[in-house]
Amino acid sequence: MTIQHDKPGTPQGPSGPEPTGSPFDELTDERARQLVARYPVARSALLPLLHLVQSVEGHVSQAGIEFCARHLDLSAAEVSAVATFYTMYKRKPCGEHLVSVCTNTLCAALGGDDIYARLRGELGVGHEETAGEPGTPGSVTLEHAECLAACDLGPVLQVNYEYFDNQTPDSASELVSRLRAGERPEPTRGAPLTDFRQAELQLAGFFEGRDSDVEAPSTAPETVRGARIAAEKGWTAPAMPDEAELPPVPEKK
Amino acid sequence: MSEPTPGTGVAPLTPVLTRRWLSPRSWSLRTYEQLEGYSALRRALGAHPDQLIQLIKDSGLRGRGGAGFPTGMKWGFIPQGDGKPHYLVINADEGEPGTCKDIPLMMADPHSLIEGVIITAYAIRANFAAIYVRGEVLHCIRRLNAAVRDAREAGYLGKDILGSGFDLDVVVHAGAGAYICGEETALLDSLEGRRGQPRLKPPFPATAGLYASPTVVNNVETIASVPYIVNGGSDWFRTMGRDRSPGPKIYSISGHVERPGQYEAPMGTTLRQLLELAGGMKDGVPLKFWTPGGSSTPLFTSEHLDVPLDFEGASEAGSMLGTTAVQVFNETVSVPWAVMKWTEFYKHESCGKCTPCREGTYWLAQTLQRMVRGEGTESDIDTLLDVCDNILGRSFCALGDGAVSPITSGIKYFKHEFLELCEKNRTGKADRSADAALAGAH
Ligand SMILES: Cc1cc2nc3c(=O)[nH]c(=O)nc-3n(C[C@H](O)[C@H](O)[C@H](O)COP(=O)(O)O)c2cc1C
Ligand code: SF4
Ligand code: FES
Repeated sequence: MTIQHDKPGTPQGPSGPEPTGSPFDELTDERARQLVARYPVARSALLPLLHLVQSVEGHVSQAGIEFCARHLDLSAAEVSAVATFYTMYKRKPCGEHLVSVCTNTLCAALGGDDIYARLRGELGVGHEETAGEPGTPGSVTLEHAECLAACDLGPVLQVNYEYFDNQTPDSASELVSRLRAGERPEPTRGAPLTDFRQAELQLAGFFEGRDSDVEAPSTAPETVRGARIAAEKGWTAPAMPDEAELPPVPEKK
Repeated sequence: MSEPTPGTGVAPLTPVLTRRWLSPRSWSLRTYEQLEGYSALRRALGAHPDQLIQLIKDSGLRGRGGAGFPTGMKWGFIPQGDGKPHYLVINADEGEPGTCKDIPLMMADPHSLIEGVIITAYAIRANFAAIYVRGEVLHCIRRLNAAVRDAREAGYLGKDILGSGFDLDVVVHAGAGAYICGEETALLDSLEGRRGQPRLKPPFPATAGLYASPTVVNNVETIASVPYIVNGGSDWFRTMGRDRSPGPKIYSISGHVERPGQYEAPMGTTLRQLLELAGGMKDGVPLKFWTPGGSSTPLFTSEHLDVPLDFEGASEAGSMLGTTAVQVFNETVSVPWAVMKWTEFYKHESCGKCTPCREGTYWLAQTLQRMVRGEGTESDIDTLLDVCDNILGRSFCALGDGAVSPITSGIKYFKHEFLELCEKNRTGKADRSADAALAGAH
């Protein structure tokens, strides 16, 4: 089933030089080849490739679509049809930071809608719009998001996909003004903030030079509430037998 | 505080999957190995793959991703000796509103998932596995990537794992923001680099899944349970939970409770028991409605406090166990508003492939928004139920069925709230026309 895709010199091969004026450098090209090589079938690399494109450009541009198409031997239309399907691929350049506020029902009932309304007012932007010049320091793109799988910590928001838990309109407002001022407040759970593009590079699967990020906190008190109560009360699952038996090999019919 | 369920001797909380979460650097390979990590793998690699499939069948483990399909049976559907490559795909797309168990599991204890992946892949004879994680959880993706790298360096992944002759590659694959990609066939299309739209079934993934080859798709919590079953045996697993829904389960409690969070308890635990553990309703404001397992599972009310939350219990009471995402709402929350919010979610996430869901969710959202704005009439309630009727069972995938759950259950238990909105509209209009009449009299 393995499909050869990265042999240099094959006609559809992605290893030809980038067209002049391409925003994608040799390193990005090399990374793209690594992504393609990770999968039994090359096309599976498309989603990571689109994340890679966003790490360079802060959105998926026409050049980005062509970059993916060239690496996968697809047409630009095929890549475009995929890119437009997914919320995380941005059609317009993103700010230095992307702020995503969960406004799904649970968070909204706890204040998520108010947080979003407050940030919209203060930044003077709507969904997927940017305060400041996209990509420049302190620019912030705002969006409302669906459930971010942190409902026990709601209302939550994310900056560049790192979690800020148990927010209020005031705390969110302060957070965003600090981002606008070029500061990088610490997430509740997740690594110290960099920017949207660096986050996209990691989503594509490249973590070079960022070894310490993995150490960053991931556990909120809520996460371990059950485990902690059990430890305090001495509650455990029933003990396992010393030597559990495996069933015999079933007979073939 | 509740005591062990009489007669069973099983504690109210049974940390198995969450047992390591309190340990320092619980996510590291070192901690994992110190706490029995990868001991199940050694045992499994010494067994025949079919013994492992039988073990999981005997354990009664059922899928933790929502549908509760028996896991061992799913593995057994993979044709053996067919000469095709086999694949294992982990569904880590966790996007069902309310669901927040898989992401903390993968952040706190990624190696338990990876150990489960290796054992499962060995059992179904797969040499390539993908963990499809939703894209918005960067720290989780980071931890998974580090865990895969460390496992490979330690010889648990790659070629000839622990000298067994078994090879396995694992790729951590970040999605890109689409709830529908949690549906297993949409997930496979997405993993193949396409738009995430569901496929026609049959063929099922077991015969034609990833790259048209036999594929097992399982949820994170399902596969993370496997190493414990290998070490503890099927009888041990069955000491927790109930006969047809055995084992421990992570209940995620969110919303208007004093202490929201993750609580791993035996299957069949009730909301009353969970609320007791979670310190009761926040500030004592009474409970109004709740979901047993995410927004796609029909709402429950305070009448359902004693429903055993396992697959049978929840469905006998008219809902579904889903993902045990217990979202709790108090009296201050309007049901029509909550239902409108969820419906906006389904409208946004409908993949557009089939008409009943694409058009239906659009009209449902429009109608509910109008009602919540105070511009609805009683006939809107009938319209809602009609549209739901046209979606339920007639859409291409289960997203459509999920979309109608909050609406039909909301109207079933709280019709008066929808009627009150219409009533307000009528009297509001009447007031306005009365004002106009008076104004005209001057
Ligand atoms: C719209 C939709 C979204 C789903 N999202 C998820 C998900 O995020 N994670 C998951 O494990 N299963 C999800 N499922 C269920 C999967 O289709 C599938 O049943 C499951 O991954 C099988 O694994 P299990 O047997 O271990 O539960 C979803 C189903 C539907 C219809
Ligand atoms: S039911 Fe909705 S999500 Fe499922 S295939 Fe149809 S349009 Fe797509
Ligand atoms: S509803 Fe906001 S994280 Fe789930």
